[in-house]
Amino acid sequence: MATTTHEPAPAGKSPGGSGLSPRQRQRISRAAQYVLFVVVVVVAISAADWGRIHEYLLDTKALDGMFPDLLTVALKNTVLYTAAAYVVGFVLGLIIALMRLSSVAPYRWFGLVFIEIFRGLPALLILILVAFGLPIAFPAFSNPPGGVYTQVAIGLGLVAAAYMAETIRAGIQAVPKGQMEAARSLGMSHTRAMVSIIIPQALRVVVPPLTNELVLLFKDSSLVFVIGVSATQIELTKMGESFATQKADSTPIVAAGLAYLIITIPLGYLVRRLEARQVKAR
Amino acid sequence: MVEIRDLHKSFGQLEVLKGIDFTVDRGQVICVIGPSGSGKSTLLRCVNTLETPTRGTVVVEGIELTDPDVDINAARRRVGMVFQQFNLFPHLCVLDNVAIAQRRVLKRSKAEAEKIAQANLERVGLSDKVRSYPAQLSGGQQQRAAIARALAMEPTLMLFDEPTSALDPELVGDVLSVMRQLADEGMTMLVVTHEMAFARDVADRVVFMDQGVIVEEGPAEQVIGDPQEERTRVFLRRVLDPTHAQVGEVADLEERQAGARKSPADEPPPPVTPTGFN
Ligand SMILES: Nc1ncnc2c1ncn2[C@@H]1O[C@H](COP(=O)(O)OP(=O)(O)OP(=O)(O)O)[C@@H](O)[C@H]1O
Ligand SMILES: [Mg+2]
Repeated sequence: MATTTHEPAPAGKSPGGSGLSPRQRQRISRAAQYVLFVVVVVVAISAADWGRIHEYLLDTKALDGMFPDLLTVALKNTVLYTAAAYVVGFVLGLIIALMRLSSVAPYRWFGLVFIEIFRGLPALLILILVAFGLPIAFPAFSNPPGGVYTQVAIGLGLVAAAYMAETIRAGIQAVPKGQMEAARSLGMSHTRAMVSIIIPQALRVVVPPLTNELVLLFKDSSLVFVIGVSATQIELTKMGESFATQKADSTPIVAAGLAYLIITIPLGYLVRRLEARQVKAR
Repeated sequence: MVEIRDLHKSFGQLEVLKGIDFTVDRGQVICVIGPSGSGKSTLLRCVNTLETPTRGTVVVEGIELTDPDVDINAARRRVGMVFQQFNLFPHLCVLDNVAIAQRRVLKRSKAEAEKIAQANLERVGLSDKVRSYPAQLSGGQQQRAAIARALAMEPTLMLFDEPTSALDPELVGDVLSVMRQLADEGMTMLVVTHEMAFARDVADRVVFMDQGVIVEEGPAEQVIGDPQEERTRVFLRRVLDPTHAQVGEVADLEERQAGARKSPADEPPPPVTPTGFN
């Protein structure tokens, strides 16, 4: 490019120009975007029925009897279901990731099949299968210790494991080959090198995506309603929905939604912080 | 102490080592030199079986590493390796880098492992960096930490694979002086290097490799000072005086040896003069 033989076009002017400089064109495009945004907002506000919004979505009277149970029971259970499923998902995901990378071919196949099945099926369907199908196959599961919590941990945990396995596998593969070689040259066995050197580094890389998975799982815990839960096992969505039906008013759903955000917004913030820290560490 | 017999290594179709024989006696320092791709790293990696040889035997201190029944992890403990890219563990501080294998492999207590780590870090001049992480160190400091890490396992043989090639020129000296000190202490060393001055001063023997075979070996002053083989001479000329190397002289030599005549069709295309794209 340094020794060009053609006459170069004057810098910044596009050929066959419209007479506008790039800066002018950029300014017009930005103004158009603002106008479009304002138009959409105005249309939405004028089309909305504000009277009914007040009555059915923002009516604090419809929340009578919801507090403090919304937080002390429903939010608590949502967190419990999520945590239980996350622990199962993480442990299982790590195992599946290692199977995917195993030198034993049947392990690799099993890992692949597991991931394809549990990533390919809806979480709702898996929950139903675990709650109603598993007890048919294994009678011990008709009333497992921990009850609904165990069923949710397995059902949602299987789905989470499939996603986490792929993330963790990518993390392990991102660790430079020289790390394993250095560990082996010091006399560590393959397993020891994995445990002490490779996996700790891989997990550091995947902390942001795995935290993101926690957010997804938190929301998926709303699917628990299909299993049929008792009053003490109720989670946010189910509670909001049953109060809404009872009061014939949607405000409880809005309240439940806000309760989710209490957790997911800080988690999202945390993910962004972790990602920023990794960019810096590079 | 190290005995390599008829060592072959292939990666698929590519035969990288084509029958290597040589021995290293206790306390000797052997420098391996040769052009890029000649198989120097592969040879070193076969000596501690990071690569499994296709054929041949490697015996270190009477233990045949190529025997499939040998406890390879135990055998590797006595062979330290230093890599071109250092390969320190980035998630551990320098002290833990040096201590972790002692604790997990040799089962030393935390206190004992850290004491030995401290002593070895002192040996390489890093006692003030024990709490730093690898990313906070210069290349030269990282490489010296990597040497300390290998030494802490009390190896009887140290392998160095171009330990100074990734370093800024002004940091090379620190690493070489640590290696020289090791040699003076009587460590048995097998060193792949392009530092001819180091090879000349420190090596008991120099081995010149090209295309998977040993072309020439002998005392340093002979191989570097008065090489007998044409290939060694061309290589040394290019390494010692790179500004006067001629494009194509290596390929020419290969062809002369193969006795091939080059047809005009095989001539490389003339250098392309860049033209503008707009
Ligand atoms: N794991 C591998 N798989 C396939 N080919 C390989 C592998 N490792 C090395 N090779 C090939 O073997 C040949 C010799 O490689 P080696 O690294 O031993 O050369 P070298 O003498 O150390 O060169 P350099 O001075 O560049 O480090 C090269 O052609 C290389 O591409
Ligand atoms: Mg090499």
